[in-house]
Amino acid sequence: MANVHVKTTINGNPVEYLCEPRQSLLEVLRDVLNMTGSKEGCNDGNCGACTVSVDGRIVNSCLVLGVEAEGKTITTIEGVATAEGLHPIQQAFLENAALQCGICTPGFIMAAKGLLEQEPDADEERIRHWLAGNLCRCTGYDKIVRAVMDAGERMRAK
Amino acid sequence: MEAIDYAVPNTVKEAIEILSSKGDKARILAGGTDLLVQLRGGRFSLDTVIDVKNIDALNTYTFDSSKGLEIGAAVELYRIYQDPELSEMFPGLMDAATLIGGIQIQGRATFGGNLCNSAPSGDGIPALIAHNAVCNISGPKGDRQMSVEEFCVAPGRNAMDNGEMLVSISVPIPPKGFGSNYQRFIPRNEMDIAVVGVGTSVILDDSGTKFESARISLASVGPTPIFVSDAGEFLAGKEVNDDNIAQAAQMAKNAASPISDMRGTIEQRKHLVEVFTRRTLVESISRAKGLEIQALWKFTSNTEGEN
Ligand SMILES: Cc1cc2nc3c(=O)[nH]c(=O)nc-3n(C[C@H](O)[C@H](O)[C@H](O)COP(=O)(O)OP(=O)(O)OC[C@H]3O[C@@H](n4cnc5c(N)ncnc54)[C@H](O)[C@@H]3O)c2cc1C
Ligand code: FES
Ligand code: FES
Repeated sequence: MANVHVKTTINGNPVEYLCEPRQSLLEVLRDVLNMTGSKEGCNDGNCGACTVSVDGRIVNSCLVLGVEAEGKTITTIEGVATAEGLHPIQQAFLENAALQCGICTPGFIMAAKGLLEQEPDADEERIRHWLAGNLCRCTGYDKIVRAVMDAGERMRAK
Repeated sequence: MEAIDYAVPNTVKEAIEILSSKGDKARILAGGTDLLVQLRGGRFSLDTVIDVKNIDALNTYTFDSSKGLEIGAAVELYRIYQDPELSEMFPGLMDAATLIGGIQIQGRATFGGNLCNSAPSGDGIPALIAHNAVCNISGPKGDRQMSVEEFCVAPGRNAMDNGEMLVSISVPIPPKGFGSNYQRFIPRNEMDIAVVGVGTSVILDDSGTKFESARISLASVGPTPIFVSDAGEFLAGKEVNDDNIAQAAQMAKNAASPISDMRGTIEQRKHLVEVFTRRTLVESISRAKGLEIQALWKFTSNTEGEN
């Protein structure tokens, strides 16, 4: 089947690519654009490792087609740190030891960012509920939740 | 996943033309949270997916205090539950919208897709039935309407013919004294398929002591979602008391025809139907009386051990 030409915006930059309609946005990011920060855990919507934001809303990029990105504004984990340094959520993950193998981390950070940008004062319960679509096999979640709460505090202070 | 073509029609008419010409080789893509998983899993093979999110009628919802709520078939769940005006008025729909998948899934998944996927476990369906919702269907032969309880005919199958598509779902304005609730039983707190789901709604009289009417619908306990019309009819005109609620719950239990599988046995599921019919009726009644709502979408209640 014919490749489709897609024009989109990723991490603030205009991006154009060719993809097959069957390819997920995750495949396009990783295999076409060599942006391997977004991870593939399950490829069926259950683990959240592939979380990206599309038009300000977090989604599983494994369940979005690459062709659907046309005209959209996408943020991936590669767009989270700035020239000045790490994002407060990234810093909080580091300092709270909220990762071990790290496969789940980009997804958790993207999901947490989706929450804290809207609700920096989200409480523990809200955070746990929000992150229910992200799985981690290593940490037992507690340190992740602490890190997100800490990040919320840092973001409120700004 | 095998090669496919991607179509992005701008009108219902174009979408119907593609659907009609391709037969079962084309399917509609709304949020894709069922479709893409099934396609990848080899459940069916397609040569075209039709993305309907560029069609205005499917991608918008309208709320009018005289006409009611019309939810375009491709409107993502989060858009519905984010609207505070809707959440007060359609609490049962909010219950379902906030418990389907996690936040990422809710950013894509739709009531329309939930309904058209026609899984017996679809959480949105009993909630829509409790709210007396109607499907607006368009096809090569024109438009037709069908109540949601008539829509699903077998696991994964519905009453739409070849070439037909769901355009929107109409939900009437709840009358005074209305309350609704959807709850499901799952072994986890989030992200699981319902072992049993129950959606109920009630309309109480002015004094709040009598049922004017009630609707009860079940998920995951039969080949399709089940509308237990006799239990609702039984409650109409009766006192609001534990005895009548228990009797309606017993009728719902009798209407359930579950199978035993890895998620639960027949006995457990039947028992759960009774328990959850009771619980959702009690919650619907309390909502009808305007008591404070304890629900996920209020972000106030403790979700731990909610079930
Ligand atoms: C991780 C995960 C968790 C989930 N959790 C839940 C859950 O808790 N509860 C639950 O009920 N479901 C759950 N689901 C299933 C799914 O998310 C829901 O059923 C969702 O509502 C489907 O909506 P969609 O827009 O993504 O549908 P799609 O996948 O786009 O479509 C579903 C089906 O309906 C057809 N279709 C869609 N729109 C139309 C239309 N307008 N006209 C005709 N046919 C149409 C499609 O062709 C397809 O066959 C989950 C899925 C995943 C991946
Ligand atoms: S890889 Fe997308 S949710 Fe797991
Ligand atoms: S750190 Fe290994 S999966 Fe989360």
